[in-house]
Amino acid sequence: MAGAELEPVIGLEIHVQLRTATKMFCGCALGFGEPPNTRTCPVCLGLPGALPVANAEAIHYGLMIGMALESELAPISTFHRKNYFYPDLPKGYQISQFDLPLCSGGKLGEVNIHRVHIEEDAAKLNHAGASGRIEGADSSIVDFNRGGTPLAEIVTEPELGSAEQAGEWLRLLRTTLRTLGVSDVNMEEGSLRCDANISLRPVGTDQLGTKTELKNMNSFRFIERGIRAEVDRQRAIIEAGETVTQETLHFDPKSESITSLRSKEEAHDYRYFPEPDLPPVMITGEMLARASAALPELPAARELRYIEALSLSPESARLFAWRAELADYFDAVCAADKSLDRQLAANWVTELQGRLGEEEAEDSKVTAAALAQLAAMVASSQINQGGAKQVLDQLVAAGGDPAAIVADQGLEAVGGADELAPIVAAALEANPELTERLRGGDMKPIGVIIGEVMKQTRGRADGKEVTALVREQLGLS
Amino acid sequence: MASDIGALSAAAAAAAIADGGLARDELFEHYRARAAADQLNAFTWVAEAEPGAVDGPLGGVPLAVKDLFCTEGIPSQAGSKILAGYCPPYTATAVANLEAAGAPLLGKTNQDEFAMGSSNENSAYGPVLNPWDHGRVPGGSSGGSAAAVAGGLAPWALGTDTGGSIRQPAALCGIVGLKPTYGAVSRYGMIAFASSLDSAGPLTRDVTDAALCYRHLVGRDSADATSVAFPEPIEIPSSERLDGVKLAVPTALVEGEGIEPGVRASFEAALETARGLGATIISCEIPSAPYALSAYYVIAPAEASSNLSRFDGVRYGLRVEQAHLDEMYTETRHDGFGAEVKRRILIGTYALSSGYYDAYYGRAQRVRTVVAQDLASIFEQADMIVTPTSPTVAFGLGERTADPLSMYLSDLFTIPMSLAGTPAISIPSGLSEGLPVGLQICGPAFSENRILSAAHALEQAIGFDGSVTWGSD
Repeated sequence: MAGAELEPVIGLEIHVQLRTATKMFCGCALGFGEPPNTRTCPVCLGLPGALPVANAEAIHYGLMIGMALESELAPISTFHRKNYFYPDLPKGYQISQFDLPLCSGGKLGEVNIHRVHIEEDAAKLNHAGASGRIEGADSSIVDFNRGGTPLAEIVTEPELGSAEQAGEWLRLLRTTLRTLGVSDVNMEEGSLRCDANISLRPVGTDQLGTKTELKNMNSFRFIERGIRAEVDRQRAIIEAGETVTQETLHFDPKSESITSLRSKEEAHDYRYFPEPDLPPVMITGEMLARASAALPELPAARELRYIEALSLSPESARLFAWRAELADYFDAVCAADKSLDRQLAANWVTELQGRLGEEEAEDSKVTAAALAQLAAMVASSQINQGGAKQVLDQLVAAGGDPAAIVADQGLEAVGGADELAPIVAAALEANPELTERLRGGDMKPIGVIIGEVMKQTRGRADGKEVTALVREQLGLS
Repeated sequence: MASDIGALSAAAAAAAIADGGLARDELFEHYRARAAADQLNAFTWVAEAEPGAVDGPLGGVPLAVKDLFCTEGIPSQAGSKILAGYCPPYTATAVANLEAAGAPLLGKTNQDEFAMGSSNENSAYGPVLNPWDHGRVPGGSSGGSAAAVAGGLAPWALGTDTGGSIRQPAALCGIVGLKPTYGAVSRYGMIAFASSLDSAGPLTRDVTDAALCYRHLVGRDSADATSVAFPEPIEIPSSERLDGVKLAVPTALVEGEGIEPGVRASFEAALETARGLGATIISCEIPSAPYALSAYYVIAPAEASSNLSRFDGVRYGLRVEQAHLDEMYTETRHDGFGAEVKRRILIGTYALSSGYYDAYYGRAQRVRTVVAQDLASIFEQADMIVTPTSPTVAFGLGERTADPLSMYLSDLFTIPMSLAGTPAISIPSGLSEGLPVGLQICGPAFSENRILSAAHALEQAIGFDGSVTWGSD
């Protein structure tokens, strides 16, 4: 295999905590941040004799997810027990789904979905001691507040080709789930968790190599970095003529290191069997109608609407549609000034997001109204691009009113022959050599002249207008 | 009145209280004192006083409850060392329903550990003795409940039946035991053995008491997703005839090997009595019966192996402290479970293992479907199926403990109904060698009223006298 170019093949398994009022199989309210073990009952503590009852709202949310992912919805869906011992699993089994998941197949963006099933979350373990893991811990305590929270597990086909693509697709999924309103989709708080199955294969082949599973990465950055690190690790192994071992791995974002959690030989036999305490879930026409009626506009529809109704560029439309918070912010900017050119507004929203990184625009100091005002000032040439970017920098840093910032700091555009012509003339005069070259038809030095004018106007001039004035004053037009 | 209290059936005691002829606390104290002086090892816990009056149709008649049921603040140990001293924070629905109907909790009764056994010798709290012969077993797994009722230590009791655990001890102790239609009685708070087979039902002196208790047990429970509303009220039976009733006898099954001659004779006599009451007896076959026992001993252990995983030493019950988690699990479960429970966990774990699932659990489930179909087709031609409840009378303590397979055969006649989820009652049909013999009557799902009615008619005609043991301990 050495010598052939290798490409990554990535599949994702995403666990999403559903935002139901109560837990998956009992009446306890969902919690986050409450004192430990205060949201528990005999059922979610796995006490002797307690029995599960399936949460109808979780099934409803599962159906909505299935519809959004264009999955096939099962007419009859069953729960299974997945048996293994661990202190965060009070019954010694997790109630999950096996051969009859709620949703099969489907597609989101360019990626095919394998299945979506419903299950219960485990409790949270806190390990005292240096290792932070159960092995080597001085003691471990269990908080059952999280135990029994409804989860949807979404599994993709192994079709993602890079860490970046995986990250981008995961954002689309997150947006879809957030738009559906079925989850908080907060990776830091653990309501969205992602595992990645990773293998490499020679470019041009379609056989899958030995895969490894990278567990529980809790931010978009860690996911992309983790996948990249694992792809590099596998590539080095294969290029050294060795073979990848099938195992479950842990990525430590601090050290960028990848460690083995367990090998294939140590893999559990989960002894799945149908959960006898729960009758099969019959998906009725009524349930489907209710789920269908609850569906909001989904990213694909929003993308199309932005292109067709608002005449946005396909790039802007996709950027926003795949990131609902950004699209909502864009909508707010447009609503603040209905006369604004939509693409111009889109460009400034994009410009803003570029400065914010992971922070959401709606959480920034720049209000939608302020950004609309800034874009309108650009549209009416009250301020040029450079000036507007300076204003935006200040808005990002401290917020405020764009018009006031422009007035305070004298950032109005310098334009028109009256104001700009003398500055251009002075710049030409100060650079006689360059002026001669320009006059001879060599336009290369124009940048220096524009730079000089910008310097004199503190960036408030428009480059095109400066060029036009140079040509005019040198008789080149 | 005191000297006669023990002679009253539960229904008669409730009537006496309602009439004012008997005081509730007098009744409770009569049984409390007898239960506290238990010589049968039938009780694992006895109330110190009447727990407080709840007026209701059960009239204050005290209730003994199998230790498999959770009772709030009261030890609920399921016959296991792993739950020694465990007091749950809630009460099982079945118990709560009877308490709310006016039956105060008298005590908790001994049982085979996690309901796994047919002799009550698998209890971590010692074997229960049969009130008819202290050298013999009371049957199991609801052996404590059966012995308490038969021995006059409780007017009635709650038991559980997974493969015969109400019917077989009722038969061996000469009392009445009703296994309900699966789902008719909530399982919430009943410590699970095999979830798809477990059911809760009464053990009583007579059929009337069984009906009285059962009418307050049934009902859909929002905490048990497998429970269903009973489609009609449970009637107190009054029929003394079986005119027009067609009873089917699975000939090959009841004439097979292992059935004692005395049991067969008592069964034949009961059939004659039924004919005399106007019943028609027909012969039938349950072709799948030879496989039912095997299927049961795959399905029940498979579910049990999963149900018993929660006893891991982490949250409650026994914990054997160890430096490492895996060792803590191993040592806790090694020390906490008895031999029969471990045997079934091993069998069940194996049956569910990857690569064996289809050959064992999958095939057993297919057999189960066939058994249910076989019974359903018999019920197209007959109203009820009758068999002896147990192939033998009560056997000697220790007689079968070394041979699990012979112990498993105790449930030969009761298991098909468990697999099919259909109701069945055991009533005494007479004595063999001085020991009680049980007659099993079973019908299709939700036919409890018809079963109770037929059982009542036969009970009246047979005239079995169980009173010999009521004060005998």
